Amino acid sequence: MGSGGDIVKARSSVWRVILGRDLRMAGRRRIDALLPVVFFVVAVTLFPLGVGPEPQMLRQMAPGVVWVCALMASMMSVTAMYSVDHADGTLEQMVISGQSLVAIAAAKALVHWLTTGLPLLVMSPVLGVLFDVRAEALAALCLGLLLGTPILSLLGGVGSALTLGLRSGGVLLILLVLPLTIPALIFGAGAVSAVDAGISPAGHYSLLGALLILSALGAPLATAAALRIALH
Amino acid sequence: MRLFTFAAPSRFYGLSGALLPWLWASALLLASAGLYVGFVLAPTDATQGEAYRIIYIHVPAAWMSMVLYLAMAGWAAVGWAWNVRLASMLARAIAPTGALFAFIALWTGALWGKPTWGTWWVWDARLTSQLILLFLYLGFMALVEAIDDPKRSDQAGALLAVIGAINVPIIYFSVRWWNTLHQGASVSMTAAPKMASIMLTAMMVMTFAFWAYAFAVVFTRTRAIILEREQDADWVRTLVREEAVDA
Amino acid sequence: MRELIELGGYGTYVWGSYLVTALIMAVEPLMARHRQKLALQQAAMVADEESEQGN
Repeated sequence: MGSGGDIVKARSSVWRVILGRDLRMAGRRRIDALLPVVFFVVAVTLFPLGVGPEPQMLRQMAPGVVWVCALMASMMSVTAMYSVDHADGTLEQMVISGQSLVAIAAAKALVHWLTTGLPLLVMSPVLGVLFDVRAEALAALCLGLLLGTPILSLLGGVGSALTLGLRSGGVLLILLVLPLTIPALIFGAGAVSAVDAGISPAGHYSLLGALLILSALGAPLATAAALRIALH
Repeated sequence: MRLFTFAAPSRFYGLSGALLPWLWASALLLASAGLYVGFVLAPTDATQGEAYRIIYIHVPAAWMSMVLYLAMAGWAAVGWAWNVRLASMLARAIAPTGALFAFIALWTGALWGKPTWGTWWVWDARLTSQLILLFLYLGFMALVEAIDDPKRSDQAGALLAVIGAINVPIIYFSVRWWNTLHQGASVSMTAAPKMASIMLTAMMVMTFAFWAYAFAVVFTRTRAIILEREQDADWVRTLVREEAVDA
Repeated sequence: MRELIELGGYGTYVWGSYLVTALIMAVEPLMARHRQKLALQQAAMVADEESEQGN
């Protein structure tokens, strides 16, 4: 409860406070932080085992497989964004004390991206190599995920705020958020396929970028509303 | 202000109860008329034979699932923004019906696709979006069921429904883009039979029939929800006493 | 009559669609009605308890 009091009394911007605090917490729980990445690697590895090692097929499947597994892996750590603070009452204090929930939501999404999204992004070219993806296509995969993983963190934040404290929260959250990530999936994986086919991926990137901007503007607002709904 | 007097659950309960028989009668009448025009008056299609007659339910069901989602999101938003309990109850009542229409659209779509294009499922933009819409409905229903507190449940559902409504055009656009990219499947459900106007008429009449049906079922469910939530209200006690006397 | 069932070979598909739809549209209202009846009974029980406590 001490950390809750610190937040309420802190004079520095709530953004920086949340960022520092949550990153430190993630640093202390390194194993938990690495779980999504491990899941990512394991899940992606299952596909060749399931469909056979034929290189041409794997190369074609790679963008979709990597993206879908990245989606799922990202969702694995999303509940942690708010569950810890909810459990010890810090979250409720933040709501009551009139702190900017939008800033808190944005900060927590950033933390999630730094601790989960970024590691996934870093792992992705390695996994792409396993699927014999060419260098150009690998670059497209990385750029797409660079734009896409923040979207996942932002949408994940909305989902976890909506399902705060619910018994079936984890699975429910995944069911709610995954359909919303479909456009990002389509454009992200599509960019890699386009590069592979020799077509310009520019359109895909622009659309992904637009989705990122939309999410960055809308998701923290929605998350703040969801937090107020859950904790009023 | 006049509008808000009907926002009293008691008024809605009475009014909807009076309307129900008429709604059911309309639904049956319109359905009979639509099916008569569609089966008896409309000719066989040159390319698709008798299989095309499935569109008399497929297309209206697809429309209904989309319109009902908007209605659900709209009423949920009203309930959240202006604290009108009845609006939230209406939104909850719409969800299962909308989901079932989405299912019917998918089921009939599959049964239409198999004889016409050889496969049970086709990943075209409309069917895929229809499937995603079903997921959105199920997500809404799952969320409101998972939350015990009625107010939080209503509000969380409203937020989710609005987010879904905003996302549906984005999802539809991205799925269409995806579909045109992977042009292996050059099959499209939009390549429907050149519609003779009589076929169109039958489809329109069936749409109205489905509308009447939807009103009737949703109103019935809303009355159930009202009774569930307003058990302690005086008007409910009076109502229950009257029902006991009649029985 | 035979013709109406077989519909030029497409009978299974067309009737498969219509019958499932009709089934859904029969069961759904029945379930909604049942839910309403149940709620009415529940409300009756609550009202009875209230009046008993009053006495």
